[in-house]
Amino acid sequence: MTAMTEESTIQDLETLVNPVEDFLRMERMPHIWCPGCGIGTTVNCFAHALEASGLDLQKVAIVSGIGCTGRVSGYMKLDSFHTTHGRAIPFATGLKLANPELKVVVYSGDGDLTAIGGNHFIHAARRNVNLTVILINNFIYGMTGGQVAPTTPIGATASTTPYGNYEQTFNLPYLAESCGAVYVARWTSYHVRHTAKAMKDALLKDGFSFVEILSPCPTLFSRRNKLGDGLDQMKYYKESSEIKNDANTKDVGLTLQGKIICGTFVNTNKPTYLQTYNEFMTKKLGDRFTPYKG
Amino acid sequence: MAADPKGIQSGAYFIDGDHACAEGAIAAGCRFVAGYPITPSTEVVERIAERFPLIGGMFIQMEDEIASSIAIQGAVWGGKKAMTVTSGPGFSLMMEHIGLAAMTETPCVFVDVQRGGPSTGLPTLPGQADMMQARWGSHGDYGIIALCPNSPQESFDLAIKAFNLAETYRVPVLLMLDECVGHMTERVVIPPAEEIEVVERKYFAGPREELLLFQPDSRGVPPMVKAGDGYNIHVTGLTHDERGYPVMTPAAQEKLVRRLVDKIRLNADAIVETREDGVEGADIVVVSFGITSRVAIPAIERARAEGMKVGHLRLITAWPFPAKRIRELSSRVGCFVVPEINYGQMVREVERCVAGRTKVERVSHGGGSVHDPKDIYAKLAGCLKG
Repeated sequence: MTAMTEESTIQDLETLVNPVEDFLRMERMPHIWCPGCGIGTTVNCFAHALEASGLDLQKVAIVSGIGCTGRVSGYMKLDSFHTTHGRAIPFATGLKLANPELKVVVYSGDGDLTAIGGNHFIHAARRNVNLTVILINNFIYGMTGGQVAPTTPIGATASTTPYGNYEQTFNLPYLAESCGAVYVARWTSYHVRHTAKAMKDALLKDGFSFVEILSPCPTLFSRRNKLGDGLDQMKYYKESSEIKNDANTKDVGLTLQGKIICGTFVNTNKPTYLQTYNEFMTKKLGDRFTPYKG
Repeated sequence: MAADPKGIQSGAYFIDGDHACAEGAIAAGCRFVAGYPITPSTEVVERIAERFPLIGGMFIQMEDEIASSIAIQGAVWGGKKAMTVTSGPGFSLMMEHIGLAAMTETPCVFVDVQRGGPSTGLPTLPGQADMMQARWGSHGDYGIIALCPNSPQESFDLAIKAFNLAETYRVPVLLMLDECVGHMTERVVIPPAEEIEVVERKYFAGPREELLLFQPDSRGVPPMVKAGDGYNIHVTGLTHDERGYPVMTPAAQEKLVRRLVDKIRLNADAIVETREDGVEGADIVVVSFGITSRVAIPAIERARAEGMKVGHLRLITAWPFPAKRIRELSSRVGCFVVPEINYGQMVREVERCVAGRTKVERVSHGGGSVHDPKDIYAKLAGCLKG
């Protein structure tokens, strides 16, 4: 390479703009995530999903709980709320019901949403609150150092299961569907286009929509379980994933390094919490009812 | 400005303190309530659940008190005035979110209709033992405001005041009823809307690049913004700078947390409210709040009839505590007598302010009923002897 071309390459790099920059708080970069972590990849997908959705970004709010994925809200150039551990969904419920014009997205991790926040997940799905829940599943608690989670596969080692996990693993699509979610999909951070598409579909869905995205944690899950680095996990996702749209969610449970069933499992329509409320009260109270518009 | 007449049922009613509290919240403009059933507070949300569909409000019974206490905060950032209602065990569950509201300066109201504790305690019977928890219950340092009504009428009046203070200082305000005040039925007058003073939220109206969501004004209070208004706000429970961005340094902690504490401490003169009766020139001053302030009256009257100079100072704001007034009185009063339905909570504040300058006597009661006024009288009669 001549000195001249080298110089022009450097100039090109300097003028290159991250295509999703408009969606990020660039003044907060660099982010906190480790090399090989998949959360950033999902954020990229999310930005593309927002763009493809055609939603007015001034009317999109993002709510996170606590943890590595909990930091997503703080990096998105949206109205963003970084709440308490496990409680993103009830915060988002209040936000959405207060201003139904908003598209409210909950973006958080597996421990946050299904352990400490599990009860809220269940009830928001049951009520069919109009929320999009994006759950990044890295199989452990990353921020606190790799402790066992309800999503940790049986046999996997975590810092609080030094001899391996012996507790039953949550099958999250099955949980979401059985509680009433109208849209349920699972992808991995390898499937960037599918993920972005699923996020877009979820954003445009009325009701409780749920997207689970498997994502490597090379620092605390892969290393401890001798599964290689982030790239090795991507290879695993690539080789062991099978796309099965409309699969019975009972059959999509995950095992350690086992087969990953991906796809859109549920896509149905039901009146949202607010639609139900307004219709029910109109029927019951007639003219006495003041329809709730936020 | 005057209250929105839509929700206000002006007139004279015979209702209990819980129902009056619900009406006060409605009069203040509250249109979002999240709650979870718990005795003796449930009547508040029952009335809200009946009234809100008629006036365009949203009540949601959440899955627990943790959810309720953060759903209201989501609602506030969505533009509503919001409240949650509970009693002891539920109040304990809400503590983390009182801290969140303080940290994110989310104006909202928590109602605690106190019952006997600890734990499940006495679900249907009175207590006043959540007073220190109200002040210090969440981890970390912060300031809050807590109000103590002693009648259904005051339950109505102070519910309005609670919302007004929440908006004025961007702070969670705790309305501390007790089972007696919550369940006693008395005459409550709901004034015409135009006579009810309501503080509306102060929204930032400048351009996006000029917004600093956590930049205080001269009183230490920043402006509010709601989601969807195009400001791309960030709100976090992490220690943050004026933009709301996390900053993990001792300097940022000092700047933010000191302000959260000072916001209430330095505005205490404007916030503190007490009622005094015969305090000037008194040898003994009874300091009381809530239902106990009414139980103390027969004891005070009997002592006065016997020639004792007894004053009565009633706390409307328990927090911030009227420290200045107690300090002032401590140089000329022979004894403070503090009856409360606990084994010594607000009395510690009196002792702190008195700082040994005069005597402080407690009249403790474990809860389950109010004091026998004779016990308070006995303390009044004996406290200056020996």
